[in-house]
Amino acid sequence: MKNLIEVQNIKKNYGKKEAVKGISFNVEEDEILGLLGPNGSGKTTTIGMLLGLLKPTSGQIFINNLKLEENRIQILEMINFISPYIELPKKLTVKQNLYVYSKLYKVVNIKERIEYLSEKLRIGELLNSITGELSSGQKNRVSLAKALVNEPKVLLLDEPTASLDPEVGDFVRTFLEDYKKEKKISILLASHNMNEVTRLCKSVLMMKNGEIIDQGKPEDLIAKHGRTNLEEVFLKLSRSKSEFN
Amino acid sequence: MSLTRIYGLFLRHFYLITRSFPRILDLVYWPSIQITLWGFISNFFATHTTYYNNAVGVILTCAILYDFLFRTSIGFNMLFLEEIWSRNFTNLFIAPMRIGEILTSLVITALIRSLIGLVPAILLTSPLFGISILDLGIFLFFLFLSLYIFGITLGILVSSGLLRFGPSFENIAWSTMFLLAPFGCIYYPIETLPEIFQKVAYVLPLVYIFEEARNILINQSVNIENVYYALMWNAFYFSLSIALFYYSFNAAKDKGTLINMGE
Repeated sequence: MKNLIEVQNIKKNYGKKEAVKGISFNVEEDEILGLLGPNGSGKTTTIGMLLGLLKPTSGQIFINNLKLEENRIQILEMINFISPYIELPKKLTVKQNLYVYSKLYKVVNIKERIEYLSEKLRIGELLNSITGELSSGQKNRVSLAKALVNEPKVLLLDEPTASLDPEVGDFVRTFLEDYKKEKKISILLASHNMNEVTRLCKSVLMMKNGEIIDQGKPEDLIAKHGRTNLEEVFLKLSRSKSEFN
Repeated sequence: MSLTRIYGLFLRHFYLITRSFPRILDLVYWPSIQITLWGFISNFFATHTTYYNNAVGVILTCAILYDFLFRTSIGFNMLFLEEIWSRNFTNLFIAPMRIGEILTSLVITALIRSLIGLVPAILLTSPLFGISILDLGIFLFFLFLSLYIFGITLGILVSSGLLRFGPSFENIAWSTMFLLAPFGCIYYPIETLPEIFQKVAYVLPLVYIFEEARNILINQSVNIENVYYALMWNAFYFSLSIALFYYSFNAAKDKGTLINMGE
């Protein structure tokens, strides 16, 4: 399988503070990789570097074999991002927001793309609603539609189902599984929901203090650490005073 | 440069303005009030001072020009701040937009915002005060162009500060024009300023613009040097602001401001 994301020994320092301490990993085509770790472990910084919002202190990032540093625009055309901490303009209707972002990503068949996403994400009846007046679940699906408007090859997800009720959360997870299968995209998923990670991810990276402290398939990590589920593994690793501390 | 992306970002702000009646009202209301107020003051001075008695509307014309500058500058800042307030900043900067495309789109949108406010205000001056800004003739275009460039320049400088320092720089956004206004010699000749302030004023394009507006209206003559100096200083500050914006963008990527903006 081809690697769509290749991260080679990236470091990020804020002054003397080392936020990310030289991590490397790959995400294959048609793979969902989980990025786990306690708050402050470096997950958001890592995602920020992959999005070109942060400049690594050292190391290299390749997306679809293109070096991010030299091909920022070309790479941003093929990736997208969703996070509960960023929103779409609240005063615009859902349709206006999707139209604007379709233009920013130079989508060719905008009408068809919006219709396709509206049907898949069940937001058809919300198209003329004001974005700021939607419920959390509705906003989440609209943000997901925005993140897929450019048919990304790489999707970065930061807590995609945080604050969603179980029904909507399950809908989003099922949608992501199906969409990944259909389009063969790569997904990097940062989440604190261990059930979600176990369900969606082929493999996971455990981060702590800016380092990868363990990685592997969820079932292998559970067996390796002698636990019954991924949450217990997470707690064990995040509470341990490892050699990395 | 992609026209599609520039148009896309323009649409984002166009939709925002057209969806909200209070926003349109806000754009039109302040310039109209400002111009009306200065119109009455202008009328009073025109009949009670010797300096202005042969040039009715000098103050009003300068008030219109200043308001255009103010609206352009604030308009540009507002467009940038809107992205921060709506927590859309990250979405914008992860879209495949070049810095030049973002700036071009905001520059066009800021002009349209300013004109929405300015045109009704200018139309008011004729029936209310019998004054037409068109009395400035063909040079009106150059004066407006200079003011527009300087307004945009200030907007870009403030946006650079927002990029570099985050939302805490917002208060500066509102005060920039007030800081520079005394040096601009908007309502008075440069000789009114103390000598040291005059030195500062001479390195700003504003003084040349407003001196020339008064020169045309009072002396009925044109000093092409003023137009030239205004454009020259504008070119200098505009280039500086663009360079600073790129520098701030790179510094923000280094410091992490882009990822935390709006939080």
